[in-house]
Amino acid sequence: MTDTSHGTGGLTFDKTKRSWPNELNILFALFVIIAIFELLGQTLPYMNDQSFLFDTKDRFDSIFNEARLQIIILQVAIIGIIALGVTQVIITAGIDLSSGPLVAATAMIAMSFAQTELVNGFPNPKALFGIWAMDLPVLVPVFVALAFGAFIGAVNGTFIAYMRIPPFIATLGMFLICRGIALWWSGGNPISFPTESFKFIGSGMMPVVWFLSLAVIFHVIMRYTVYGKHTYAIGSNEEAARMSGINVKRHKVTVYMIASMLAAFAGVVLAAKSETAQAGMGEFYELFAIAMAVIGGISLQGGRGSIIGTVLGAMVLGVIRSGFTYIKLDGSYQLMAMGGIIIAAILFDQYRQRNRA
Amino acid sequence: MSDIVLKTENLTKHYGGVHALVGANFEMKKGEHVAIMGDNGAGKSTFVRQITGVEQRTSGKVWLYGDEVNFAGPLDAREAGIETVFQTLALADDLDVPDNLFLGREITKFNWLGPFRFLDYKAMRQATMDGLEKTGVKIPNIRNSIQNMSGGQRQCVAIARTATFASKLTIMDEPTAALGVQETEQVENIIRTLKDQGEPLILVSHNMRQVFDLVDRIVVFRRGRIVANLNKEDTDGQDVVAYITGAKTGAEFEGAA
Repeated sequence: MTDTSHGTGGLTFDKTKRSWPNELNILFALFVIIAIFELLGQTLPYMNDQSFLFDTKDRFDSIFNEARLQIIILQVAIIGIIALGVTQVIITAGIDLSSGPLVAATAMIAMSFAQTELVNGFPNPKALFGIWAMDLPVLVPVFVALAFGAFIGAVNGTFIAYMRIPPFIATLGMFLICRGIALWWSGGNPISFPTESFKFIGSGMMPVVWFLSLAVIFHVIMRYTVYGKHTYAIGSNEEAARMSGINVKRHKVTVYMIASMLAAFAGVVLAAKSETAQAGMGEFYELFAIAMAVIGGISLQGGRGSIIGTVLGAMVLGVIRSGFTYIKLDGSYQLMAMGGIIIAAILFDQYRQRNRA
Repeated sequence: MSDIVLKTENLTKHYGGVHALVGANFEMKKGEHVAIMGDNGAGKSTFVRQITGVEQRTSGKVWLYGDEVNFAGPLDAREAGIETVFQTLALADDLDVPDNLFLGREITKFNWLGPFRFLDYKAMRQATMDGLEKTGVKIPNIRNSIQNMSGGQRQCVAIARTATFASKLTIMDEPTAALGVQETEQVENIIRTLKDQGEPLILVSHNMRQVFDLVDRIVVFRRGRIVANLNKEDTDGQDVVAYITGAKTGAEFEGAA
């Protein structure tokens, strides 16, 4: 038989020949940023040789500055939960802008079903629904919140998939609607005094536990299940996915529902952590969640990226936040630096794309 | 099982006021390779899309191996054994070869998990290797994403998809339109392999040499209608061109166009 092959080699399957995963680049960037802060800490005159991540004081028996590590991850955990859902939406080549206000709306709704009957021995003065909605088992507010999230996600997904409204517009509309719902729910008043079991959801390092366990679950789902594969396929080539018999519309609705349920759960955790719910909560959360995904290498064109990337992207944002506090720079510089890093992440992604083509 | 692989009767498709396909009667036997030729917009691709369930026909009937079929979607058609290589490569760029081969019909385990059932990557890789071997397609590394591959390799992946699944009918819509000489040759070799294995094939093509090289019979479309049904031995390139341009119309199709 004549050899009509145009490549080198024949039928080979080499595990080691897989392309360099983008996640390693982000991990590398993370280390570089940490090193920069570490270096700044050692050189800036007013820092007194403090270390960013390491424990330089001999009072504790540990290598790392554990308090800082905890804060770094704790302050991104709740937005990170949203980012896990936004990641899936972006992988389908969509976008979800409604998650921040959805956090506020679900925080309000969940909290109104998590109130205690008596506050310091007196009847709850801010009871929204009266006596029947108080001292409910913790599952009730969580279930109501997730159901509300699923409903909002289903509406998003239906408008986007079946009525062909661009994701940006559909979720922008939902952005305003959810903020409106959050304000309307209690007439603009904050809702407070949750039950102890509700508080536990957001206490201490619980947000981190939720974030990391959900990250593991969705990593497995995106990497090893049919749902994940079809999500990538739709973002990569929607027409091909349709021709391959994937029910693209139904799948998109599912993706938006899952994203909104994750945002709703973030709202529950935030309300539990703050022990109060206010209509103004979650401002810019949607944008930070998108930023985490983008820094984590999720392509806005869809089809590429991973949950691991998003977790690393969240860590990058966390390190920057806590690094700027550490070198005692104002929050305004923080925002500028984050903006710069987002743009740099996109530039790097495009550079990678060009080099591959 | 019937000897007739595919039969259509009065197959018609209107897009709004546009009559893209009108009353197409088509028949092919087991093991036969049939070419569909015609000018741009003659209804070739429309015809293929009706058979493969990508679109819903306006009217008419389709039989596959003697059974009347009504495909609700492309997956239905595929499950019935019709494998299609589309003009626009139906491949997902960011996925690798096994992912693309099995897109929409993955080998899975833990099926009780519904949409979250797990992919059996190992089985799919093995089946991919077998399928590539069967067709003689050479791809350096099947775990590379498709976007890193040449046009020929991509087309071969699309074709290997049809060979991996024991198909009852393979349809290729201009499989070599965008390929270089060497890559075209490779694709044609695959088509010959399918012929040797007795797999029926419909080949939509503009390439006269290729058609005369590969198929047994040529069906010509013009302005949404079938205007000729020619055995390769009874015709030549000039004759076919005459049918395509409308200088001639087959005797049994007189008055159709």
